[in-house]
Amino acid sequence: MRAAFVRGLTAAARQDPRVLLLTSDLGFKIFDEFAREFPGRFLNVGVAESNMIGVAAGLALDGMRPFAYSIAPFATLRCLEQVRNDVCYHQAAVTIVGVGGGYSYGPNGPTHHALEDIAVMRVLPNMTVLCPGDPVEAEAAVCAAAAQGSPVYLRIGRAGDPAMHRGPVRFEIGRALTLREGRDCALVSTGNILPLAVEVSDRLRERSVSCRVLSMHTVKPLDDAALRACAEETRALFTIEEHSRIGGLGSAIAEWSAMNRVPGPRCLFGAEDRFASTTGSQAYLRALNGLTVEKVVASIAAQLAGAASC
Amino acid sequence: MLQARARAVRARILRMAHDGKTPHVASALSCVDLLVALYFSVLRIDPAKPGDPDRDRLLLSKGHGCMAQYGALAERGFFPESTLAEYARDGGRLAEHPGPRCVPGIEAATGSLGHGLPIGAGMALAAKLRGASYRVFVVLSDGECYEGSVWEAALFTPAQHLDNLTAIVDYNGWSAMDRTSPAMDPFAEKWRAFGWCVREIDGHDIEAVVSVLAAVPFEPGRPSAVIARTVKGKGVSFMENDLEWHYRPPNDDDLRRALLEISG
Repeated sequence: MRAAFVRGLTAAARQDPRVLLLTSDLGFKIFDEFAREFPGRFLNVGVAESNMIGVAAGLALDGMRPFAYSIAPFATLRCLEQVRNDVCYHQAAVTIVGVGGGYSYGPNGPTHHALEDIAVMRVLPNMTVLCPGDPVEAEAAVCAAAAQGSPVYLRIGRAGDPAMHRGPVRFEIGRALTLREGRDCALVSTGNILPLAVEVSDRLRERSVSCRVLSMHTVKPLDDAALRACAEETRALFTIEEHSRIGGLGSAIAEWSAMNRVPGPRCLFGAEDRFASTTGSQAYLRALNGLTVEKVVASIAAQLAGAASC
Repeated sequence: MLQARARAVRARILRMAHDGKTPHVASALSCVDLLVALYFSVLRIDPAKPGDPDRDRLLLSKGHGCMAQYGALAERGFFPESTLAEYARDGGRLAEHPGPRCVPGIEAATGSLGHGLPIGAGMALAAKLRGASYRVFVVLSDGECYEGSVWEAALFTPAQHLDNLTAIVDYNGWSAMDRTSPAMDPFAEKWRAFGWCVREIDGHDIEAVVSVLAAVPFEPGRPSAVIARTVKGKGVSFMENDLEWHYRPPNDDDLRRALLEISG
């Protein structure tokens, strides 16, 4: 998704001279072409996230459309107060880009895992939270963020995320994309775990279970109409994300369902409330948290058959 | 005459703190002369055009001193005197720390320390990128310089050659509970070491403040830092250098005595 981000940013910068990129010393070589094409609009501010976000806010207050890039936990947590006060309080048109959603930086350890970022970003007033599910969505999300004119958190994967859409998508902030139709249940996914959600649906189909898959690339604001349709047209709703089960997409939909008096998610598939105690790849760490096709398929099937708990 | 302006602003601060029953009166008194010099002489501003894209920007990074800023902006004609009655009142626009563009003349919300210099650096960078001629002035406190983000921005600004940015430190020697010495010593040397052109002045000598700030940038291509030696609570003898007045709102008797001293 990193490469898709750079493609999207290049397109956005060609369209809009206000777009520029700040990085806190991350993204070695991937921005070289961007920097060549747009002199003065690429700036490595050094390993100083708080300053980067404050500078981005100042740039936005004076008419620019900065993107501020770092690994997700550094871009969100290290400088959280700057994101809250300088960006969100001012309604500044800054897009904060967190690369490496979930366990994308698996072997780097929990310092580099992003399992709280969605929770923390979505609680901030004025913030839009985008978690594209594949490179196609990520590329389109960049242009949508650049056009938004208000604070955006854009959470992307890293490298090697497969494309789930065959061609360009009509990406609208707050409008979920449907990857699989289905009537028995709906699996609502956000971010880079989308390929797993799609495979879950395909496996369920082999068992004659029709599972709708939505890429809820916008966690804030949620797609109210798509969620209502799931509630009305399917028997059960499930959520999946590479993020803590506390505060992420599943929580957001549970809150939405409580406030709208619509049945909530049956299970929230996501990371457990703990730091990884052993090292491992993204796939390994997903599996430790039950985020495998087999386990999710089994869990959904059991739920549909009447199991009492997840 | 600028001294008369400063007296008027001090009187407003005392009334705001008294009427609103708010703290930080001494912090506000400390930066009055700096703000009067800026708003009445240094800044290229027009109160009738607070959104002019070419206006100079002033950020009060020590947001808790904003009674001085509100008072100075009213004195300069950015909004009517009556607006000050909204200070610390239910439904009012003037909080104890300023909100984003809450009234004309407030460029950014501050209140949590260490935010103004990075935002100001972003504004100065935007001017360079867009070929705009406005300048950015950020007023900090010495206590605020405990914040790491100040020094992140202090590294960044000279590296980007932002000579359109000036940091002014209202160096009254106090943080909220203690003296800032020895932690901040030697202070000017810290800024010099980070690449700033530094001048040290008496922050209550308005003419000196004006003449130093009229000379920025001190060197082309480098940001300017002005260390203004000030007195916390300046102008009211019983508030000077007494941390009590970082917290205590003036009561009726305090106000009467303080106003007498200011006018005298």
